[in-house]
Amino acid sequence: MRRLLGSAIAAFDGFALAGLAVAAVALAPIVALALIAAHGGGEVWRHLFTSVVPAATLETGLLALGVGGFVVAVGTASAWLVAAHDFPGRRLLEVALLLPLAFPVYVLAYSWLDLLHPIGPLQTALRSLLGYARPADFRLPDPRSLPGAVLIFGLALYPYVYVAVRTVFLAQMTTLTEAARMLGANGASVFFRVALPLARPAIAAGAALAIMETLNDVGAAEFLSINTLTAAVYSTWVNRGDLPGAAQIALAMLAFVLSLLVVEKWARGDRSYAVIGRASRPLAPRRIDGLAGLGLFALGALPALLGFVVPAAHLVRQASTRLAFAGMPQEILVEIGNTLVAAALATVVAVGLGLVLVGGRRLHPGSRLHRGALRVATLGYAVPGTVLAIGLLVVFGGLDGVIREAVVALGGRPTGLLFSASLTALVVAYVVRFFRLSASKIETGLERLSPSLDQSARTLGRTPFGVLREIHLPLLRPALAGAALLLFVDCMKELPATLLLRPLGFETLATHLYGEAARGTYENGALAALLIVAFGLLPIVVLTRLGRPAPSREATAEGAPA
Amino acid sequence: MTRSRILLSTLVFAGLAGAPAVAEEVNVYTTREPGLFAPLAAAFTAETGIKVNTVFVKDGLAERVAAEGAASPADLLMTVDVGNLVDLVDKGVTRPLKSKAVEAAVPANLRAADGSWTALSLRARLVWADKAAAPAAITYEDLADPKWKGKICIRSGQHPYNTALIAAMIAHDGEAKAKAWLAGVKANLAKKPGGGDRDVARDILGGLCEIGVGNSYYVGLMRSGAGGPEQKTWGDGVAVVLPTFVGGGTHVNATGAAIAKNAPNEAAARRLIEYLVSPAGQKVYAEQNFEYPITAGAAVTETIAALGPLKVDGVPLAEIARHRKAASLLVDEVGFDR
Repeated sequence: MRRLLGSAIAAFDGFALAGLAVAAVALAPIVALALIAAHGGGEVWRHLFTSVVPAATLETGLLALGVGGFVVAVGTASAWLVAAHDFPGRRLLEVALLLPLAFPVYVLAYSWLDLLHPIGPLQTALRSLLGYARPADFRLPDPRSLPGAVLIFGLALYPYVYVAVRTVFLAQMTTLTEAARMLGANGASVFFRVALPLARPAIAAGAALAIMETLNDVGAAEFLSINTLTAAVYSTWVNRGDLPGAAQIALAMLAFVLSLLVVEKWARGDRSYAVIGRASRPLAPRRIDGLAGLGLFALGALPALLGFVVPAAHLVRQASTRLAFAGMPQEILVEIGNTLVAAALATVVAVGLGLVLVGGRRLHPGSRLHRGALRVATLGYAVPGTVLAIGLLVVFGGLDGVIREAVVALGGRPTGLLFSASLTALVVAYVVRFFRLSASKIETGLERLSPSLDQSARTLGRTPFGVLREIHLPLLRPALAGAALLLFVDCMKELPATLLLRPLGFETLATHLYGEAARGTYENGALAALLIVAFGLLPIVVLTRLGRPAPSREATAEGAPA
Repeated sequence: MTRSRILLSTLVFAGLAGAPAVAEEVNVYTTREPGLFAPLAAAFTAETGIKVNTVFVKDGLAERVAAEGAASPADLLMTVDVGNLVDLVDKGVTRPLKSKAVEAAVPANLRAADGSWTALSLRARLVWADKAAAPAAITYEDLADPKWKGKICIRSGQHPYNTALIAAMIAHDGEAKAKAWLAGVKANLAKKPGGGDRDVARDILGGLCEIGVGNSYYVGLMRSGAGGPEQKTWGDGVAVVLPTFVGGGTHVNATGAAIAKNAPNEAAARRLIEYLVSPAGQKVYAEQNFEYPITAGAAVTETIAALGPLKVDGVPLAEIARHRKAASLLVDEVGFDR
C-alpha cells in the first residue's frame, strides 16, 4: 500500500495533474447522474424486466453485432484495399472512403428512407420501368427494419474503423509486410496473418466507437423503427417523468458497455503491437492495372457511393428545390459561424488534452494514476448525449449556484449564469462527450511506436515532456490529424447536448436541422444538413493530406534517436 | 500566438456573458419547433415592441430550468404536449399565471384549475386513410376492430402524441379496457411503429397500409402547399376523417405555456401569454400553423374547416396528463413498439 502510494507520488507531475483535472470534469456529469439515480427506488426495473428488457436487449444486441460486423468488415477491407494496393483512382478512393463521416447518422437514414420509399424516386422509376401502376402491386422490402438499420448505421460508421486501421496499414507495418512478401506470402495470407493481427487494437478501437455511437442514437433509430434500450431511457424519463429511473437505466448501460471494453482489452492481453525500426516508412503498395484494377476501384467505391454520393446527391436535389421554393434562410450565416467556432474550439482542446493524457500514460508505463485518469476521461462517449447533457446541466447549474452564493456572502451582487447556457458549456460538453475519439486515435498511434524510442530518448537526457514534444509529436502527425478530423466532424454533427446546453438564441446548423426534423419538415432542413456535410468535407480533405506520411519524413524518423 | 489567444478568450467570453436586460424583452424556453413559434413571436414584437428571445429545447426543458435555478433567464416555458406541461408544474419550475384575461379567454377544461398553466392552441389526433378504403366515420375504439388487421400505420406508441391518446382512452374506459384496446390496435398494425406523422400519409400512399393516425396540422401544412408541391400531393392523396371516442368527441392535445418560477421579466411573460390567447394571437396559430384555436368561435383556416366540424372530447386536458404515465407503461406492456 505504502509502495503504491509512493509510486503514485513519484509519478505525480504535470501530466498527472492535467489527467486528474480532465478526469474530474469528465466524471462530474456521471457522478451527477449517479446522484440523480440514487433518488429513485428500484420500481422502474420490475416493469422493465417484465415488458422491456428481453425484447429491447435482443434488438440492441443484434443491432450492435450487425453494425460491429459490418464496420469491421467494410472498414478493414477498404483500408487494406487502398493501403496495400495501387490501382487507377486509389488516391481519390482514399479520401472518398472517409466521406460518410460527414453525415449525421439520422440524416443518412432520412435520405435513404426518402429515396427508397415506395413513393420515392427509385421505386417510382422502377415501377414505371416494369409497368406497374400502383405501389400496392409492386414494392421492394421496407428498409425500416433491423437489416436496414444495420446497413444504414454501418455505412455511416465504418469510417471509424477505416480511419484507425488505415493509419496502421499505411505506415506502421511496412517491415513485417515486406518480410512476409519476401518469404513468398501472397496478398491474402499477408492480410490475414500479418496485417489483420497487427491491426487488432485499431479495429477494436474503431468498432467500439461505432457500436457506442449506435447504442446512443435515438434519431435514426426512430426513423428505422428500432427500439434499443436507449429508447427505454427516453420513455422512462420523458413520458413517465422518472428521471432517476432513466438515469439508472443509462448507468446500467454504461456499466455494460464498459465491461465489454474491459473484456476486449483482457482478451488482447498485454501483447505489444509496437513495431521496432523505421516506424513511419510508407508501405510500397502492389500495383494492379487493367481490368482487375478497375474492379478493385469499383469494389472500394461502393461504400463511399452508398454512404455518401447517393444520399448527398439526394440532399443537394432537395436543398435546391427548397431554395427555389422558399429562398435562403437569413440566419444561416450566423449558424454556420456558431457551428464552426464551437466545433473548432472543442477540437483544439480535445486533441491537445488527448495528447497530454495519452502521452502521460505512455511516459509512465507502470503508473495506475495516469492510466486511470485516461480511462475515466473517456467515459463520456459511452453515455447517450442527452443523458450526459442532463448531468452537465446539473454540474454547471451547481457551479453557478455556488459562485453566486459565495459572491453574495462576500457582500457582492448576485451573479447570473456564468457556465450554464454558454459557449463554454458547449465546448466542455463536446470535449467530455468526444474525448474518447481523440484519446483512442492517439493511443492506437502511440501503440505503434516502440517504447525503446522513449527509453533511448530518456537515456539521452530528455524529460518526459521533451520525449512527447520531440519524439512522439512528429511521429504522431497522422494520428493527430485523424483525431482532429473525427472530433471536428462529430462536434459539428452533435445534436442532443447542443440542443440542451446552448445559450438563448444560439443556433447551429445541427439545431436548425433538428428544428425542422422535429416537425417532420425534413426537406426544409436539407440546406442545413447539406452545409454540415459540406463543412465536414473540408477537414476530411485537408487532414487526409496531412495524415499521409510524407516520404521526405523518413529522414526525420531516422534522425530521431532510435 | 497572443493575438489568437485574445481572439479565443473574446469568443469564450462572448459566450459566457448572459444577455443584459436593456430594452424590454422576454425569454422563452420552448419545445415548440422554432419555425412554428417564430411567426407568433414576430407578431407579438410588432404589436408591443417587446423583444422575444427563444431557445428551442426538446427533452430536458424542466431539467434545464431547474439546474439554472435562481439565476435562470427563463420567463415563459412552452411545450407542445400537455403532459410535458403538467410535468413542468409538478417539478416545481413554474409559478402561477394569475391572469384574468387568460381565465376569460380560455375554457376551463383547457387550463389548470389552479391557474398554473394554460393551453394556447389545439391539434386533433385524426385518422388518415387510403381514399379507396376511407370509412365515412370512425371511432378510436374501431382501430382495434380486427377488420383493420394488417392495415394500420402509426408512429411510436411512446411518442407524446400517442401516449396522450392512450391516456385519454384510459380516462374514458379505465386501464384494463384501454390495455385490451391497445393490444387490439397493435394486432392490426401493418408495420412496426416508427417515423413521424407525415410518414403515415406517405406509407398510405405507398400502399403499405390503409389507414393511419396523425395530427390535424400536418394535414393543413401538406394540403395548403406551404411545404411545397410534393407535400401537397401527399396531403391531397389521403382521405382525412375526424374520429371520436364512443360517446365522446375528438381527442385533442395542446401546446401550452406556464410562467417560469424565477422569471426575471414576469410582466412581459404574462403579456405574451395574454397576446397568444387573444384573437390576434389565435389568428396566427390558425393561419400560420393550421391549428385549432382554443377560444370559442375563433376561425380556423379553410383547409382545416374543410375537414368538418371539430367536436372536442370532454375529458379535461389535466386528466389526460394524469394518465400519461400509465399509458406509457401500457405501451411497453402490450409490446406496442415491437
